[in-house]
Amino acid sequence: MRGRRLLTSPVLWVGLFFAALMLRMDALQPLLQPAFPGVEPVVYNRDSFLTLFLSQLGLVAAASLAASLVGVALAIFVTRPAGRDFRAMVNALATIGQTFPPAAVLAITVPMVGFGARPTIIALFLYGLLPIIENAVAGLEGVASGVREAAEGMGLSAWQRLRDVELPLAAPVILAGIRVSVTIAIGTATIGSTVGALTLGTPIFDGLVANKIPFVLEGAVLVALFAILTDMLFERLDQWFRPTAN
Amino acid sequence: MIEIDEVTKSYGGRPVVDRLSLSVGGGAFCVLLGSSGCGKSTTLRMINRLIPIDSGVIRVGGEDVTQIPAQVLRRRIGYAIQSIGLFPHWTVEDNIATVPRLLNWRQARVRDRVTELLELFRLDPAIYRSKFPHQLSGGEQQRVGVARALAADPELLLMDEPFAAVDPITRDALQAELARIHRATGKTIVFVTHDIEEALRLATVIAIMDSGRIGQLGTPLEILEQPANDFVREFVGRQGLGLKLLSVRKVSDRLRGGEPAEGEPISLDASLSEALSAMTARRADRLPVCDDEGRHLGIIALADLVR
Repeated sequence: MRGRRLLTSPVLWVGLFFAALMLRMDALQPLLQPAFPGVEPVVYNRDSFLTLFLSQLGLVAAASLAASLVGVALAIFVTRPAGRDFRAMVNALATIGQTFPPAAVLAITVPMVGFGARPTIIALFLYGLLPIIENAVAGLEGVASGVREAAEGMGLSAWQRLRDVELPLAAPVILAGIRVSVTIAIGTATIGSTVGALTLGTPIFDGLVANKIPFVLEGAVLVALFAILTDMLFERLDQWFRPTAN
Repeated sequence: MIEIDEVTKSYGGRPVVDRLSLSVGGGAFCVLLGSSGCGKSTTLRMINRLIPIDSGVIRVGGEDVTQIPAQVLRRRIGYAIQSIGLFPHWTVEDNIATVPRLLNWRQARVRDRVTELLELFRLDPAIYRSKFPHQLSGGEQQRVGVARALAADPELLLMDEPFAAVDPITRDALQAELARIHRATGKTIVFVTHDIEEALRLATVIAIMDSGRIGQLGTPLEILEQPANDFVREFVGRQGLGLKLLSVRKVSDRLRGGEPAEGEPISLDASLSEALSAMTARRADRLPVCDDEGRHLGIIALADLVR
């Protein structure tokens, strides 16, 4: 039964397709060559796609992990009595982070921290903060007032109420925010290639500069599959976080 | 058990509870009765310090509540509310075990206590222990809510309109169960409601509240027979007063010993309104009366109801 479910799971098939394309893109050469005559080579080969993927995975993981920790911590802070006054300010800052285009962040941070991974991580971090804060605040405030009152009335300490009641109940909503943030970050990370970070965007930009459309296609398809696969994994995680449903 | 001494609570300069004094003895079932906004819930929530007291003193078991750390105090006092507030991500067992676990009871003791409470509320432990709140009916949720409040065997139980959100039939059953549990455990209960029928049915003592003060304090019978002022008279309602009086008097008050009678006996603990109802339904003018063990004690006749 379990094995059957695994075989029919779209995650497995999308994952296999993604892995196959990433590792053996060169096998498509006979297909691509006739479609793009005169482009040589037709499959991007300056770096392996695996290297590009792992590098982008590292960038996204670092930025999203930091954004999740900081975002959830800020959301916890502004939903406590002591932090309530900072609520509007934190929201405003996060909104600015989101409306500020990542390209502009790169332009500002490169002179400060140099080229490569660091400005990319900073841009992704700032860009990904808002959906996490917004969802975490909504999730924490969405805990039913009766549940809150019962927890307080039974003598749970503030920390116990947060750890045992509020966070577990808010978890699905918090997770949804992280999911949006990570999915956006995967797409956005590609622009890091313009400041020297290695990502699946590198063949896209190289292809645009050298007018090699197959490079753009190869990079774009892999980024899209990466994002879709990640979203599917979050879907799985979400189900795991709702043990009470059925 | 509880002494409330000249307690005041104001919001924005307007007193919600106004120099209120009330003393509730051990084992009493005290109902704070009043319309919304009269300060009854605020009073209740000051007892376990969910709302801070502006002035005055509340003592529980002789101790000033402000001298006890809030969490320690709350773990000693059972608390059940209208919205129940069961933790939706925890099983029935985990919910009931909340306070015992906070008090670091041993696992086996917690488990036994959960079994005991589920049985007390006539919920089969084998079935209900591992259910989640959303799998229970409203009445079952409320039973678990009250069981949770009783879990650590508190001397005092605070209940804020716990049955307001359930349907009338379930409410009736829950009230009967609570009355039974109060008799069986001898807990002191402070119970907030706006429902006069509920108050008459459950209370040993009723405090009728009006704009932050107590309009009258007395047994259900005293409240009905000698309302202290127009407000109480109005609140209790002239309509159906006779039926309410029947509902607070017991068959045992009017028992006529010795005589035999035909038919299904009525319990000594039944109210006179139940007796009237039984007589009407059976077209009989007298009913045999028995005690809990089913021993025949005598009869009650229609004329006894209006004596």
